[in-house]
Amino acid sequence: MSTKNIEELEKEFQAKIDADIKIEPNDWMPEAYRKTLMRQISQHAHSEIVGMLPEGNWITRAPSLKRKAVLLAKVQDEAGHGLYLYSAAETLGLDRESSIDDLHSGKAKYSSIFNYPTLSWADMGTIGWLVDGAAIMNQVPLCRCSYGPYARAMVRVCKEESFHQRQGFEIVSLLANGTPEQKQMVQDSLNRFWWPALMMFGPNDDNSPNSAQSVKWKIKRMSNDELRQQFIDVTVLQAEMVGLTIPDKDLKWNEATGHYDFGAINWEEFNQVIQGNGPCNKDRIDARRNAKENGAWVREAANAFAEKRKKKELTH
Amino acid sequence: MSSKEWPLWEVFIRSKQGLSHKHVGSLRAADAQMAIDNARDVYTRRSEGISIWVIESKLVTASDPDESAELFEPADSKIYRHPTFYNVPDGISHM
Repeated sequence: MSTKNIEELEKEFQAKIDADIKIEPNDWMPEAYRKTLMRQISQHAHSEIVGMLPEGNWITRAPSLKRKAVLLAKVQDEAGHGLYLYSAAETLGLDRESSIDDLHSGKAKYSSIFNYPTLSWADMGTIGWLVDGAAIMNQVPLCRCSYGPYARAMVRVCKEESFHQRQGFEIVSLLANGTPEQKQMVQDSLNRFWWPALMMFGPNDDNSPNSAQSVKWKIKRMSNDELRQQFIDVTVLQAEMVGLTIPDKDLKWNEATGHYDFGAINWEEFNQVIQGNGPCNKDRIDARRNAKENGAWVREAANAFAEKRKKKELTH
Repeated sequence: MSSKEWPLWEVFIRSKQGLSHKHVGSLRAADAQMAIDNARDVYTRRSEGISIWVIESKLVTASDPDESAELFEPADSKIYRHPTFYNVPDGISHM
């Protein structure tokens, strides 16, 4: 039984964080820390699950058996990532079923990027390269997050993401060096995904009110703008290497800062997509709802089978 | 019964012969066999294991973190249990 008052507990908690001691599920934590993490981890889990849909769109139309096998493996990984993350969120007391219901009712959010359509095969390359690339930038610092189960899940996720990014860049690079039509297809894909990929890092730092607290709790290790800049700096060179053009006329190397300057992001578009008005929001949620409803009989059958197996064991 | 939520299972994986099983995470499954099957798909997609243990999470008894000071203090104060506590004269080897 703890006899300490809340202020003492909060002080001890922050001291642990400051000393880089990880917080584990049964440790005392402020309610706001628990809530912030539950929201962040479940949103992250939802993003992994919804993220299967744009790519699932191309599994049956992959150009070769090899590409189909790779894409299947990647989509299966995304499902796995969702599961690690739901489990991590459950250690905080999250109820998985109601969290999934929140996603389906539109109450819970997920990454805005998955509300864009995948119109050509080149999008499978661009998504791996840019979307998984941006996800890696976001997730690598999360491997050092103060909450143990989240950090451990991120270590697994990051190991697997690097295959995702490489297979994507391979597709991009092959198309960029292919026929003029193929090159045009991959350039068009880059044109569509570049800006939404930059939005994946979230609002500018001065418009991100919860960031400071998350940094103090070491849930967040780098700011949105820092991560976005880092992503741009490494990606521009990759695009140049394969002869593609980043669709930003203001993109320019800045000798003084040692970074690329870039054009204004359309935050109005970002807010619209977050609020449910992106090109595919409705399709994505409908697909998730249908999957749950149409899969209900499978879950029921599994329960019935488990009961049957249990009875059999008891009579032996 | 049909709509009941599957219980939570803790998953332990032996990565190779000669090493002990290690906790890797948890998952939901209708029963133990399904938990093993799901653990194969969720936690060993890249040859991470050669053996899987699962146990229903509710069966795990854990020590109370609030009592960890009292629980583990006795070990902290017995530094003479470590070899480095003892002085060995110079020139003595194989010890």
